[in-house]
Amino acid sequence: MATRPLPKESPTPQAVPTTKEDWTQPRALAIPKEGYFKVEQGRYGPVYPQTPANYGFSVIGKVKPGREQAIRDYGKTIEEAVKADPFVLGPLKLHYLRWVLFDVGSGLHFMYQGIFDTDFDKYVEDAVVLFNQTGVTSVFTNLEGWPEDWRTNVPAVINFFREHQCPSFLEYGEYPYVSADEVKKALKLKQSFSDMLDQMQ
Amino acid sequence: MLEFEDIQHFLLTRTPAQAARYEFLSFRKREASRAWLAGMVDKVGTGKSVGDASPDSRWITVAFTWNGLRALGLNEDSLGTFPAEFRQGMAARAQVVGTTGDNHPEKWVGGLASPDLHAIAILFARDVAERERCQKEHDHYLAEISGVERLSALDLEAAYPGEPREHFGYRDRVSHPVIEGTGEEPPPGAGPPIKAGEFFLGYADESGQPPMMPQPETLSRNGSYLAYVRMEEHVGAFREFLRQQGHTRDEQELIAAKLMGRWRSGAPLVLAPKKDDPALGVDLQRTDNFNYAGMDPYGYSCPVGSHIRRMNPRDTVENMRMRKMIRRGGTYGPRLPEGVPEDGVERGIAAFIGCASLVRQFEFAMNVWVNDPNFKNLGNERDPLVGTQDGSYDITIPRRPIKKVIKGLPAFTTIRGGAYFFLPGIKALRYLADGSGAIRRVMKAS
Repeated sequence: MATRPLPKESPTPQAVPTTKEDWTQPRALAIPKEGYFKVEQGRYGPVYPQTPANYGFSVIGKVKPGREQAIRDYGKTIEEAVKADPFVLGPLKLHYLRWVLFDVGSGLHFMYQGIFDTDFDKYVEDAVVLFNQTGVTSVFTNLEGWPEDWRTNVPAVINFFREHQCPSFLEYGEYPYVSADEVKKALKLKQSFSDMLDQMQ
Repeated sequence: MLEFEDIQHFLLTRTPAQAARYEFLSFRKREASRAWLAGMVDKVGTGKSVGDASPDSRWITVAFTWNGLRALGLNEDSLGTFPAEFRQGMAARAQVVGTTGDNHPEKWVGGLASPDLHAIAILFARDVAERERCQKEHDHYLAEISGVERLSALDLEAAYPGEPREHFGYRDRVSHPVIEGTGEEPPPGAGPPIKAGEFFLGYADESGQPPMMPQPETLSRNGSYLAYVRMEEHVGAFREFLRQQGHTRDEQELIAAKLMGRWRSGAPLVLAPKKDDPALGVDLQRTDNFNYAGMDPYGYSCPVGSHIRRMNPRDTVENMRMRKMIRRGGTYGPRLPEGVPEDGVERGIAAFIGCASLVRQFEFAMNVWVNDPNFKNLGNERDPLVGTQDGSYDITIPRRPIKKVIKGLPAFTTIRGGAYFFLPGIKALRYLADGSGAIRRVMKAS
C-alpha cells in the first residue's frame, strides 16, 4: 500500500467557508440605522442582533448639572467591587465595559458601552438586579430622564436603556461570535496542557 | 399577612378535583355582563373558604382578558395602567412566547385568539357528574342573563384517574413553589418560601419592593395574572420516537427520562441517574432535594437541555426566585392506551401559569428557557417537550466518553390556544360588577 510523503512544510490552511460559527475568519457587519435587519419582537421591543462582536449596547445620556464627579467616583466604586469579588459582574457575561464622559458642545454626556454574550432583551431583569446591587444604577441617577421610581418600576428602567441606546452601524470581530466563556475555556485548556507537560518532565 | 378572604383560591390551594371545565366567555352587553359577574362573585372560592381539606364538591374561579375589563366598562385611565403585555394579549405576543409555525394563533381553536374573548369561568369538580351538574346550572344562568355568550368550552378529566399524570405518562405535581405567608413548610431542597408579591399584587416580591400595580388599588390588590395554554400532546409521535431511540423497554424509559429530567415515575435523574426509583418519585420530602451546579454540573445525569432543567434551572441561573410560577390545570382528551396507534383525537394539557408579572415570569420562561436555541450555550436546542419544534433542533445527552446528540427532534406538542387573564381579588370582582370603575377617574401610574 503506497503511502504519501509528508509535506516539507505545513500546508497552507484551506479556505474554510465563512459561517457564523467560523472563528478563524474575521468578520465585519454593517448594521441598518434601526439597529436590526428585521423586526424580531423581544419582550421589551425589537431585538438587536448578534454581530461578529457579539451583543452589546452603547447607552448615552446627558449628565445632570454638577454630577460629573459623582459619576467619576463610581468608576472607583466598581473597581473596588470587582476587587472584592472578581465575579460580581459575571451574570452580565461581559467581554468589556467602557465608561466615557464627553462633551462635544451640547453639555456633558455619559456613555456606558458594554460588549457581552447574551441578548440583552433576554436577561435584562437580571442585569437590572445586578446594576442595583453593585451601584451601577446609582450612576444612571445622575442622568437626565432616569425614571424617579426606578427602584420599583423595572419596565421604566428598561425603557430608559432602550431609548438611550445608540445602535452601532458597524461591528467587527477578529474572532467573530466567540463567547467569553469559550475564550476562557481555550485558555484553561492551554493551561491544562502546559500543566500536563510540566508533569511529564 | 396575606388577605386570604380576598384572594381567589386558585393559586393558593390545590383542590381534589378529578374533572374540570373551562368556559371562555364574550360579553355582548355591558349591563348583562356586570349582572353575570355579580351573580358569580359569591360562588368564587377564596383562599380562606377553600382549604386543602375543602369539603366542597366544586370550586369556581373567574378571570378576565384586558378586552374583557374594557367590555365591563372599566374606564380608559384604569385600563391604561395595566402592563403592555397584558394589554396586548398572548396572541399578539406570539413571537415572544414562541407560538409560531403550527402553534401560531391563526391556528388556535375555541376563539382564543379573538378580541371577543373577555373572560373565563374555571370550574374544578370532584367528578364528572358534579361537573355536568354545574355546567347545566351555568347554562341556565347564561340563558337567564342574556348578553354573555360562550365562545367555547373545554372539558377536562384526569388522564390517569386518581394519579397526577399527563398523557405521555410523566408524573405531574412533583414540585411547586411554597408561598410565604401560607404557613406551608417547603420540602427539603426547595429553599425558603417565595415572597407573596411574586404571585399576588400588593405584597413585597423578591426584590423587596411591591410590584407595579394597575390602578386603582381596589382593582388590582390581591390579583394575579394567568397565562393560559392549551397544549396538545402527540402521544403516538412520542411513543414512536422512544421506540426508534431505544431497543429495549429500559432504553426507551431512559430516553423518556432524559427528555424530561425525571423518570416517568417522577424520580429525578440527578438522584436516580441509572435506574428508576418509583418510591422516590412519590416522596415529596425527597424528590425535590437536589441541585445542578453542585451535583450534576455537566448534565451527565440530567441533560442541560431537558425540560425540568430549563423550567427550573435551580442553582445554575441568576435570580431563580424571581422567575417562579404557579401552575394549575389538568389533562383533556381521552387517554391513548399503550400499544394503540395514534387515533388523531386531540389530547393534552390545558394549564394556567400564575404570576405577578407576565413579562418577567411567564414570557421569560417561554422566550429564554423554553425556546432560546442557545440556552446555556447549547447552540441548537429547544425544550424537547414543550419548545417550538419543527424538526430542525437537537437534544444533547451528555455521557462519557462521547455525548449523544439526537438531531431533528420532532414536535411532541402543539399549542392550540392561549390567553392572558387577570385574576382579580374578591373586592375587585365586586368593584367590576357594580360598575364603580366606569365612572371613577384614576391617576395613571407614573
